[in-house]
Amino acid sequence: MDLSYSDEEKAFRAEVRAFLEEKLPKEMSDKIRKGEELGKKGQEEWHAILNAQGWLAPNWPKNFGGAEWDAVQRHIFEEETAAAYAPRIVPFGLSMLAPVLQKFGSQEQNDYWLPRILSGEDWWCQGYSEPGAGSDLASLKTEAVLNEEGTHYIVNGQKTWTTLGQHANMIFCLVRTDKKVKQQEGISFLLIDMETPGVEVRPIILLDGTHEVNEVWFTDCKVPVENLVGKENEGWTYAKYLLTHERTNIAGVGFSQAGLTAVKRIARAEMSGGKPLMENPHFAARVARVEIDLMAMSTTNLRIVSKAAAGTAPGVESSMLKVKGTIIRQEINDLARRAAGAYAMPFASEAIEGSNLALPDPLSAGPVAAQYFNNRKLSIFGGSNEIQRQIIAKTMMGGGA
Amino acid sequence: MNFDLTEERQMLQDSLRRFLRDKYDTATRNKILESDTGFSADIWNALAELGVIGALFTEDQGGFGGAGFDIAVVFEELGRAGVVEPFLDTAVLGGGLIADLGNDDQKAHVEEVIGGALQLAFAHGEPASRYDINRVTTTAKADGDNIVLNGRKAVVVNAENADMLVVSARESGDAGDEDGISLFLVPADAKGITLQGYALLAGGRAAEITLDDVSVPASARLGEAGKAFKAIEARIAAANVAICAETLGAMETACRLTRDYLMTRKQFGKPIGTFQALAHRMSDLLIEMEQARSAVIVAAGHLEHDHKARESHVSAAKNLLGRAGRLVAEDSIQMHGGIAMTQEYELAHIAKRIIMSDHRFGDTDHHLERYIAIAAA
Repeated sequence: MDLSYSDEEKAFRAEVRAFLEEKLPKEMSDKIRKGEELGKKGQEEWHAILNAQGWLAPNWPKNFGGAEWDAVQRHIFEEETAAAYAPRIVPFGLSMLAPVLQKFGSQEQNDYWLPRILSGEDWWCQGYSEPGAGSDLASLKTEAVLNEEGTHYIVNGQKTWTTLGQHANMIFCLVRTDKKVKQQEGISFLLIDMETPGVEVRPIILLDGTHEVNEVWFTDCKVPVENLVGKENEGWTYAKYLLTHERTNIAGVGFSQAGLTAVKRIARAEMSGGKPLMENPHFAARVARVEIDLMAMSTTNLRIVSKAAAGTAPGVESSMLKVKGTIIRQEINDLARRAAGAYAMPFASEAIEGSNLALPDPLSAGPVAAQYFNNRKLSIFGGSNEIQRQIIAKTMMGGGA
Repeated sequence: MNFDLTEERQMLQDSLRRFLRDKYDTATRNKILESDTGFSADIWNALAELGVIGALFTEDQGGFGGAGFDIAVVFEELGRAGVVEPFLDTAVLGGGLIADLGNDDQKAHVEEVIGGALQLAFAHGEPASRYDINRVTTTAKADGDNIVLNGRKAVVVNAENADMLVVSARESGDAGDEDGISLFLVPADAKGITLQGYALLAGGRAAEITLDDVSVPASARLGEAGKAFKAIEARIAAANVAICAETLGAMETACRLTRDYLMTRKQFGKPIGTFQALAHRMSDLLIEMEQARSAVIVAAGHLEHDHKARESHVSAAKNLLGRAGRLVAEDSIQMHGGIAMTQEYELAHIAKRIIMSDHRFGDTDHHLERYIAIAAA
């Protein structure tokens, strides 16, 4: 047992920190710290800064233009970027689609799509969930039928919860190509240009007033057969492979650490009974309890990360980290809105234009209640916590559960 | 023992529930949320006509109710429908304080409130007061026959719509003293008042108020100089009963929507409510609903009792509703999944009402501490 980082890892951390100090624009980190929207332009700017450094694709092999960091390095990078309030890179192209292409795509597909992901030329979104297929993803109904000439798939159906689909020009979709076989065996993995006639993006406004997700509708969309990844009807295998990548950084340790720092800052500014709220033993106990949970969880995360760095693929542990990690993050969101007291109530509504130019925020807390509501999504998306618990039970109880 | 509503209250509940079911659906309410004023004058007037405001005042005050149970009946229905109109601020707080402390001239305003013609706001909380209702630093100083107010008031709900403000200010003593606090009835357009308005996350609007040498005649004072604290505390107790009842009504809606969804939404070929992991959680919510209902009944029933009984039961209810409310709001969203995260779904607004009720007049922690302190006193 040795709880310290190696000299190489420490040097790496210092390198990351120096890079962030030099290259992360102040107005960008300010926005992230205040919980403001970065927007498409800001996202693209940060994307380009990381690409110039060669750090945009930490998980890609070097021959594809990636940094090929091991799991510990990636963990250090995530910790440092969260602490510096760097934007989160939109993961759909870089860490979700790319690994699938690299493992199952053709040479031509890799040569064409991967450089465009790095350059930012393509903005990818994910077409998985449907109104009737959420936790039960394999029941998806969007169908793709090969035309008579065999040159195109004709796609019809609807996807939903498409994150940042309003910015995307490409979408990777799970589509049904065979209705006669077992659900999982009739699904294919298709790349669709959002400019194709028949694709329509409709916004979904979330309960905090934000436009993060969309519905994407397909009506007789013609998609070239070259855009099929791997083999027809084997898309479920690729989807499961992709989901294991969706679960990297699943514990969100960096976000929780940054969030807890913010809670303490708010609670030092907020007064209660003539003293800072942070000195109220009741509130301090709430903070301490989460801090203890986070300390243990980040160590669990490191234990799993070290195993992964040594080449053992994480299995049920990533489900455990998803559940515990989201519980902790949501608890921190709850503490932040609690700490802000009455000042958690104001709301920068996008619906009422111009009426909220100067929201009162004497605590510099940011929109803590809106974030609390927005982050209820953490325990729902990417496989809900109920689904994760089911995976844990099935794995650990030999299918008996 | 009899836990039934009186015939009058039952009728009030029925007619209010029917009205809101017919006239206050999700689409209507969401339009109100996006409006500049944050409330609907039509709804306000119709509910005033229905007697909803009159039910919040005693017969002596010109109403036909005013007891804890009247307040609870009205606000449970408002909560059930997610109503954002400022009944709490104009009637229970503003109107209530005038009725409790005002002289005959001042009390004339209560009739206007009951008729729906007058809007009020209670400007009490300050940037550094959090939930301490005795922490008033806004000053009131005599200047000849007039009184001059200076200070800052935080998150004053309904301030922009209000015709008059009920402003607390200190005439003597230090920031945390109960003695020395007075209330003044100030026209909202008085010289020296600046409002910075904004929308609230759970609907309605509020404002930061700056009082800069606001001069009012001494006749604007409600009650005796420096002696307003007891009335403020009693009115905030009534407001907390209203908030708890409103939260209870909203929790009822959250549970109804969740139960319906669990029985109709199918995944893996069957309604998701047939999965034990969800069925047991739903059962827990229903158990907590009964706890919450009882806590509201007990608090409402003690509103007219002595100080210790009243404050202790109100704090107990606010603590329990804070805990049960959070569980119901969060688990209702979780069991729905993504759909509950969307603005156009009823539960989104209802969940916000439930959670944000914990940010007015003391959260669940504040009231736990207060409950302990009252028991020790």
